[in-house]
Order: sequence, then C-alpha cells, then structure tokens
Amino acid sequence: MHFEFNIEGGDFSKAGFASSQLKKILKQLVGDHKIVKRTVVALYEAEVNVVAHAYSGKVLIDIDTDKIIIKVKDKGPGIEDIQLAMQEGYSTASEKVREMGFGAGMGLSNIKNNSDDFKIESEVGVGTKLTIIANLKTE
Amino acid sequence: MKIKEVAQIIGGKVVTGAELLENEVNRGFASDLMSDVLTLDSEELMLITGLANLQAIRTAEMSDISCIIFARNKKVNAEMIQVAEESNIVLIECAGSVFKTAGVLYKAGIKPVF
Repeated sequence: MHFEFNIEGGDFSKAGFASSQLKKILKQLVGDHKIVKRTVVALYEAEVNVVAHAYSGKVLIDIDTDKIIIKVKDKGPGIEDIQLAMQEGYSTASEKVREMGFGAGMGLSNIKNNSDDFKIESEVGVGTKLTIIANLKTE
Repeated sequence: MKIKEVAQIIGGKVVTGAELLENEVNRGFASDLMSDVLTLDSEELMLITGLANLQAIRTAEMSDISCIIFARNKKVNAEMIQVAEESNIVLIECAGSVFKTAGVLYKAGIKPVF
C-alpha cells in the first residue's frame, strides 16, 4: 500500500496531518499498538521538522507485510552538520517553533529512537531526506 | 483513577470527551515541551500542560494520551476540540497552576512517569 502527503513549511496548523492519517490506517492493519505509536511519533516529529525548518515537503509511505517504509523529503536549507543536528539539545529552531512546544533539539534523535532503521541525507541549500523503517514482524 | 474523578479532584471543566470519563488514567506528566512528551512510552497517561495549541492535541494523539488537562486557566479552541473528538481525547480546563494541579493529582495517587 502506498500513501503520499504534502507538508507546507511554516504551517503549524497542518503539522501532524500525515501522522494522524497514518495512525488511522495502521490501527486497522497492525495489532501491536506499540509499533503503531513508535511509527506515528517518528513521522510526527519529522513533519514538525519540515514545518519548522523547510519550505515544503513530501511524505511517502509504503506498507508491506513485513515493514513500513516512510520517506520524508523536504525542499529547504538542508543540514550542514548532521552529526551535530543529531545531538540531543542541539537546535536551530526559531522562537515561533519553541512557542509551539518544540525546538528543544530532541526531534531527530527521537525519530531515530522510534525507528527500527533510520537514515538521514541532506544537502545544504537543497533539502533533507529521512528514511524511517518500522519492522512489523519480530523474530 | 477514572478521568471523571480526575476532573472532580482538580475542580476542572470537561470541555470535550464527556462520554469517555469512565476511562482510566494512572500516570501523569506535566510539560509545556511537547518534544519531551513524545519521548514517553507509558500507558494510561495524562498530560498536564499550559500549552493550549493544536500541537498539544496532536502530541497526545500520537502518544496515546487519553486526557489533557490545560492548567493556568488556558482555554482550548474549536479546532483543538475537533481534533480531540476525532482521536477520543478528553480535554479538561482548570484554573490552578501546573504545579498545583500536578500536586493535587499526585497526592490522590496518580503516579509519575519517572
């Protein structure tokens, strides 16, 4: 199954729309509610990041029998030092983002913690691409 | 503890979710920083916050939080109520501070997350 959602940079009222839709879909398909929660929390954090930092973004979700693959691609400033951005507490968020209850430098590491596999690629001046994978079958 | 008892103890006003008041909450977390809320994995959790915006509701939705208490007399808006209704989240407004509200609930037996 394939789903796509658009994210608009700066529009906080829509942040969480894609993760909300994904939660509704996964609740029907996945019995383990911990997997559902981890996956939607990871996507929600990614959505907030796009809204907070980028101009626009796209969420691509593929659900198959053994895993969920989520790609979040944005057009934006990109990340110069990914290692630094991954550090808990490091943030470049604006005052507006902080007023929304975010921007404490926790997002990327929390996405990683809530994924079974996580990849981040970024090009300065172009944008950032996250790949979040959740395994559905436990060995 | 049932959510209806929570509302009673803190003298709160249930804004939406009146049909969900028999549901149980056993742990509480107080924060205005949604990033911290999103790192939790407790069950039957309620959130006490002074952050009255849509992101507080979305955070609760993603984190399986079934009840949010808006302390410091913060008011919820129509959009927040709509999203909360779709996600079966009880919203309670109360006049007390976050500190007082959390203290009253702790004394009544609500456990901390850590």
